[in-house]
Amino acid sequence: MLDGLITKKSFFITLAAFVIFLILPQFLPRFYIYLLAIIFVLGLLATSLNLVLGFGGMYQFHHCVFYGAGAYTAALIVTKGGLSFWLGVIAAPIVSGLLGLIMGLICVRLSKLYFGMLQISLGSLVWVLVFRWYSLTGGDDGIHGIALPDIIYSTQGGYYFTFIIASICLALMYFIVKSPFGRTFQAIRDNPGRCEALGVNVKRHQLIGLVWAAIFAGIAGSLFVVVEGSVFPELLFWNLSLEVFIMCLLGGWFVFLGPLLGAAAVVALRSFVGIYTDYWTTIMGIMMMLLILFLPDGILGFFQKKTHKADKCMTEEVG
Amino acid sequence: MESAGIITFTSLFQQILVGLSRTTILFIVASGLSLVLGVLRIPNIFHGSLYMIGAFMAYTLTVSLGNTTMGFWIALILAPFIVAAVGLVVERGVLRLLYDREHLMLLLFTFSISLIFSDMVKLIWGAKFRSLSPPLFFQGSVPVFGISFPKYNLFLLILGPLFALGLWFLTNKTKIGKISRAASVDMEMVGAMGINVNLVFAFVFVIGCFMAGLGGALIAPMQNIIQGMDHNIIIEAFLIVIIGGLGNIWGALMGALIFGLTSSIGALVWPQFSIVLPYIAVVIVLIFRPKGILKSVW
Repeated sequence: MLDGLITKKSFFITLAAFVIFLILPQFLPRFYIYLLAIIFVLGLLATSLNLVLGFGGMYQFHHCVFYGAGAYTAALIVTKGGLSFWLGVIAAPIVSGLLGLIMGLICVRLSKLYFGMLQISLGSLVWVLVFRWYSLTGGDDGIHGIALPDIIYSTQGGYYFTFIIASICLALMYFIVKSPFGRTFQAIRDNPGRCEALGVNVKRHQLIGLVWAAIFAGIAGSLFVVVEGSVFPELLFWNLSLEVFIMCLLGGWFVFLGPLLGAAAVVALRSFVGIYTDYWTTIMGIMMMLLILFLPDGILGFFQKKTHKADKCMTEEVG
Repeated sequence: MESAGIITFTSLFQQILVGLSRTTILFIVASGLSLVLGVLRIPNIFHGSLYMIGAFMAYTLTVSLGNTTMGFWIALILAPFIVAAVGLVVERGVLRLLYDREHLMLLLFTFSISLIFSDMVKLIWGAKFRSLSPPLFFQGSVPVFGISFPKYNLFLLILGPLFALGLWFLTNKTKIGKISRAASVDMEMVGAMGINVNLVFAFVFVIGCFMAGLGGALIAPMQNIIQGMDHNIIIEAFLIVIIGGLGNIWGALMGALIFGLTSSIGALVWPQFSIVLPYIAVVIVLIFRPKGILKSVW
């Protein structure tokens, strides 16, 4: 069965990339290790959004709620619960998944723009609660200096933990996309009416997809705590959701690894152009405008179309 | 402010008046957003940026005109026009190329523009916050049924219904209003009737931008004018438009009323979470009526 999922070539490319990212931190200065870790956190978040956005065609307008919920769960278990951080890492995806289930049950009744708008309203309620509940969440200050276990406290330890968890999650998401469920999900994206007629329970598939995306976003949130050691309400704010959208579009949302590339591009832009000018967001904005006007498939999607040689198992053809 | 827990009739009345004056601004901003969403089908994220530009512009104009009452009036009229001109440039420059794209792309495109706008505001006005005290004419309070009420809030209270009336007149009684209402229902048919749809779109978009600028100019004397005020207003305006019914201007009025009143009355009942209450109200409304209270034009 695995033969259909992974070709030999792509398997070795993936393995090589995995080994490179495993060895790389030994030679890089600390700042770059930190950047790589952030790229993997945001890449995981963007890929989880793309699971429902690119492959499910759902207007997930407020994905960051699940990310923030995961981050706050991991943080609160340590600071308020006084429990081990490892427990927080386990609890984060559970809480995010439950939140996804509740929000999903309310939202999947609608589709397209209405779905997105309803999600914005529900997500904003979660955000404003976190923002104002000073006694629990620290309000707009957030929570800083979260005590982490020794192994992941150092930059390198944090990187390795983030990288390995993110890789496992990416692999899992890849299998979800390639599974019968994932195939049905993409069919729903392309033609929900026909799927309904074929006897597919469209709403239930969408709900399951949304919960999966929320779970992976929650894991990304707990990884954020590993890398940064703090949480703040901006993690759940709508603007971050839109930035994650930008990452998806930048890399290309019909390509599995597109969002990861997009996240890397945004982090690189922020870190390197941000040194020279405060106005790096203008550069990002102009880039996005040009991209939407001329390359709506994103960078990877463009090259994939251009070369026609892209590895079909690593990437997803446009329907 | 009364202490929490003790709600007297006077304090309730006062909070209702405060809520209604806030409703005016929310309604002005949200109805502009709703108009653009209804006719052009664009979820316009940089509507909030235009609101922020309107506020900064009103500040600069008032201060450069000597901080007089007359200067404030001029700023109140001029700032929205400048914002509308900015909107016209964006619409004719780039946005009109994208009318046939799906909503998601339009959302991201307008978000990109909002990123550029917020950097431009940072470049022109700096990261420091500004505050504009109400002009002399609006300073102080007046007694309203036995409670003293700030003059500026009273002005907003009077302006709100006038604005709603004007908007009703524009959309229901003028030709361009009727055309744009028709365009929001069936744009192709309007085009087939020999009307230049492109021109209608530009006009409606500019009106929408004007409202964002007007809202910004009106809020200027009431709160700090600061980077990031665009993020807060856009989420509130979107929620108001959603609970009202996408593209329905009168829905926006109802949404603004719900939003303004729950937060101001909530300040009496539950001060710490007063800004949470409108969001709870929004969710309750949407659970029962997921497509908004009034009929959406879509």
